[in-house]
Amino acid sequence: MSGARQRWLGPAMFLPAILYVLALVAVPFLLAFLYSLGDVKVGSQGYHFVGLRNFQSVLQSPTFLRALSNSFVFTVSSQVLVLIGATLLALVLKDAFRGRRAIRFLILLSWVAPVSIGSIGWKWILDSLYSVINWVLIQLHLVKEFSPPMWLGEPRLAMISVILVHTWHMLPFATVIILAGWTAIPKDIPEAAEVDGAGFFRRMFQIEIPMMLPIINVAVLFGVVFTFTDMTVIYILTRGGPYDTTQVVPSLAFFTGVLGGDLAEGAAISIFLVPLLVVAAWLMLRSAHRAEVT
Amino acid sequence: MAGGLRARSAAKRVLRWGTLATFAVLLAFPFYWMLITTFKRTGDLYDLKNNPFIFNEPPTLEHLRLLFQETLFLRWLGNTAFAGLLVVAITLLLSLPAAYALARLTGRWGSRLGIGIFLTYLIPPTLLFIPLSRIVAWLGLQDTLWSIIVVYPSFTIPFSTWLLMGFFKSIPPELEDAAMVDGLTRFQAFLKLVVPISVSGILTVVIFSFTLVTQEFVYALTFISSASHQTVGVGVPIFLVRGDVYYWGSLMAACLIASLPIGVVYNLFLDRFIAGFTFGSVK
Amino acid sequence: MAIVQTRALTKLFRQGQVGAVVNVDLESREGEFLVLLGPSGSGKTTLLRMIAGLEEPTSGEIFIGGIVVNDLTPRQRRIAMVFQSYALYPHLTVLGNIEFPLKARRMPKPQRREKVQWAADLLGIGQLLARKPRELSGGERQRVALARAIVREPSLFLLDEPLSNLDAKLRASAREELEQFQKRIGTTTIYVTHDQVEAMAMGDRIVVMNYGSVRQIGTPAEVYDDPADTFVATFLGSPPMNLIELPDAIVGFRPEHLHVPGALRPGEPALLVRFRPSHEEYLGAERILYGRLEGGSFDGKKAVARMSSTLAERFTPDAAYDFAIAEKDVKFFDREKGTRTSRRPVA
Repeated sequence: MSGARQRWLGPAMFLPAILYVLALVAVPFLLAFLYSLGDVKVGSQGYHFVGLRNFQSVLQSPTFLRALSNSFVFTVSSQVLVLIGATLLALVLKDAFRGRRAIRFLILLSWVAPVSIGSIGWKWILDSLYSVINWVLIQLHLVKEFSPPMWLGEPRLAMISVILVHTWHMLPFATVIILAGWTAIPKDIPEAAEVDGAGFFRRMFQIEIPMMLPIINVAVLFGVVFTFTDMTVIYILTRGGPYDTTQVVPSLAFFTGVLGGDLAEGAAISIFLVPLLVVAAWLMLRSAHRAEVT
Repeated sequence: MAGGLRARSAAKRVLRWGTLATFAVLLAFPFYWMLITTFKRTGDLYDLKNNPFIFNEPPTLEHLRLLFQETLFLRWLGNTAFAGLLVVAITLLLSLPAAYALARLTGRWGSRLGIGIFLTYLIPPTLLFIPLSRIVAWLGLQDTLWSIIVVYPSFTIPFSTWLLMGFFKSIPPELEDAAMVDGLTRFQAFLKLVVPISVSGILTVVIFSFTLVTQEFVYALTFISSASHQTVGVGVPIFLVRGDVYYWGSLMAACLIASLPIGVVYNLFLDRFIAGFTFGSVK
Repeated sequence: MAIVQTRALTKLFRQGQVGAVVNVDLESREGEFLVLLGPSGSGKTTLLRMIAGLEEPTSGEIFIGGIVVNDLTPRQRRIAMVFQSYALYPHLTVLGNIEFPLKARRMPKPQRREKVQWAADLLGIGQLLARKPRELSGGERQRVALARAIVREPSLFLLDEPLSNLDAKLRASAREELEQFQKRIGTTTIYVTHDQVEAMAMGDRIVVMNYGSVRQIGTPAEVYDDPADTFVATFLGSPPMNLIELPDAIVGFRPEHLHVPGALRPGEPALLVRFRPSHEEYLGAERILYGRLEGGSFDGKKAVARMSSTLAERFTPDAAYDFAIAEKDVKFFDREKGTRTSRRPVA
């Protein structure tokens, strides 16, 4: 069949793909470290190694420290909301019913539509003058007509808005994953639990959710990584404002490195994403190893 | 006789539909809002005294006209379609043989590489965009559509490979063995036998990669600076302004057009994607 | 101890197009081992699930211990069930699995531990308590499922083909253990199976079902020796009863009753037939002869004979021999309905 002659075929078939991805992922990854340790700027020619100077200046900048704390607040809040929401939604979606397809379409839209498009849609809904939410709140007499909430203009509200819009975008993805995990549970296990005397909540929290834990872990892991490293929602809604109060690490890296032209400092800022990514990778490898063992 | 059990299931049904309706409304509302805004007259839109939920003045097509005739929107749609097609082509060209090789010709490397594929998604664009912008400039591709055509496959190839790998694994190897006994080389068996059977998997990869292209924001924003070379995802939120003023009517029209078709297509293929997820994990 | 009773129990699917269970009346006696026997699709599992409360009947009533339970959830019916796949909770240890029903009942920990130990000892799995289900063999898993079922000391045991997932070798010993177990604890048990050997070996009474209806309820001897219709007659016993179609009736006799004339008691009224065996299967302890009958109204009909290997007679294929069937072993069935009719003289 395929003897020594054909031994080269396998590598020949998968190497192009691997090399392509390596070239565009591994190489820039290493370059990011290199830039952060140098003094590269847009248009500069040479490279000078400057050690940890960029990192020092980044860590001393209050804007960066604010962005770092914002990143954690942003990530943790939205992920908690996504997890609770997705579990609830998966719970009501998992048993078949008429019209499930149509509902699924409506629910998926926020994930499928480009996040930048959805964000700009929200920008209109949260507009300082014409927000439809404010109109409703005013009609219900919950806020005063001439001082409605400035959803994107006040620091606290801006953070809340950004968290909620990101949650809005991520919810369907998490729901689909959790739904897949839930429907993978063999039907007779919750039935056995019911016969054993477990009520609804005991069944869900002591039997079904523990069985779904591996898949929930995957959803959380990817959710955390995507959220921590995302800048789109924030860039479009607030540009990091007002006054850097919604700035996060990736958006700050963008403003500094791409718009500001200081590639070295921008790279240094984005390097601060790496610790989280390393932890995430380690957790993933550990659970994959466990799955292989059992 | 019914009594308790019936009443309990009626309450359950109310609770379920209540929850579903709440989520569906919250998640789909912005798109509904895009729809209304698209057809509302400007005067109606910006009059604070009007009820925003109804048409106080008759609907208009003016925003659509403006969008298509006086902005670069159609250009952006064209750019995105062009880039999408090429990225899909590159993805298929590279991931089809890779997936086949990994599914068939290597042993335990298969699962290791599967993990490796997942790991590439843990390296985000917001870490790579600064070095990549230099690489793009070095290649002379800055501010062109080609910059993203070259870069995007770096994130469409891993998942497409994984999806196709699972797909190929489900095809019995006896098929190709029989073909090789009949005289074909393995590569010929791959081209003439395996690929035609896998049309459904290939279609899934095409749809998935295309949607990834349309959804991307960060690289397009970073590499492309002039409006006429942009994609829809960046053009609409960034360049559809005159000075500092957003023309919300046309803007929402653009959003509507940019979201709904993708939504429809994705919904049709969702089951395939999920199958792809679980296929790939069955070793 | 509970007595289970169903009255006119019916379950229809697909807007009444498919009758999974049709008009079933049955009553189980205290402490008995009642077997629901039938081929797949006969409704036996649906019937069991309705008794458990996992399926809602379309019409009819279910009583447990004299109380109508139609509106009660499985939890409220205080029964125990062992599923075909055992349905062990994979993320809990054996201890956690057995303990679970007691935790659901909010039993305090020391009491729980006592009961778990009792159940584990009863089933001989005390040493497995710290293991997880995936580390156990099929037989061990079954015992854990049983332990989890009895730990609550339920009034009713429902078992859904618990032996079908075991290797054939294991099945016989597991079957014996199950029988002993049930006798020891004395709980009323309803057991679903498609294996008639299992049903005959284990059941105090057997409910034979087909296409959703009950064909016969009786002891193993009753359903075997006195089948109510052709379905029961051919479903029990392997090889199945010989059925000969005559113009006015169906005549049946079991392969083991097709004797050489010498094997009958002297003076026993018997039917004499001529049998031409075409081939023979030697199964070790017994021999099976396949062939055709000759003469009279049975001429040309296929028949199967079954005899112990210790019998001296040898048969050459395609030679005709005299055989006899004791008259008491000949059963008659109605041609259209397949039901048993009284004996009529045969030409």
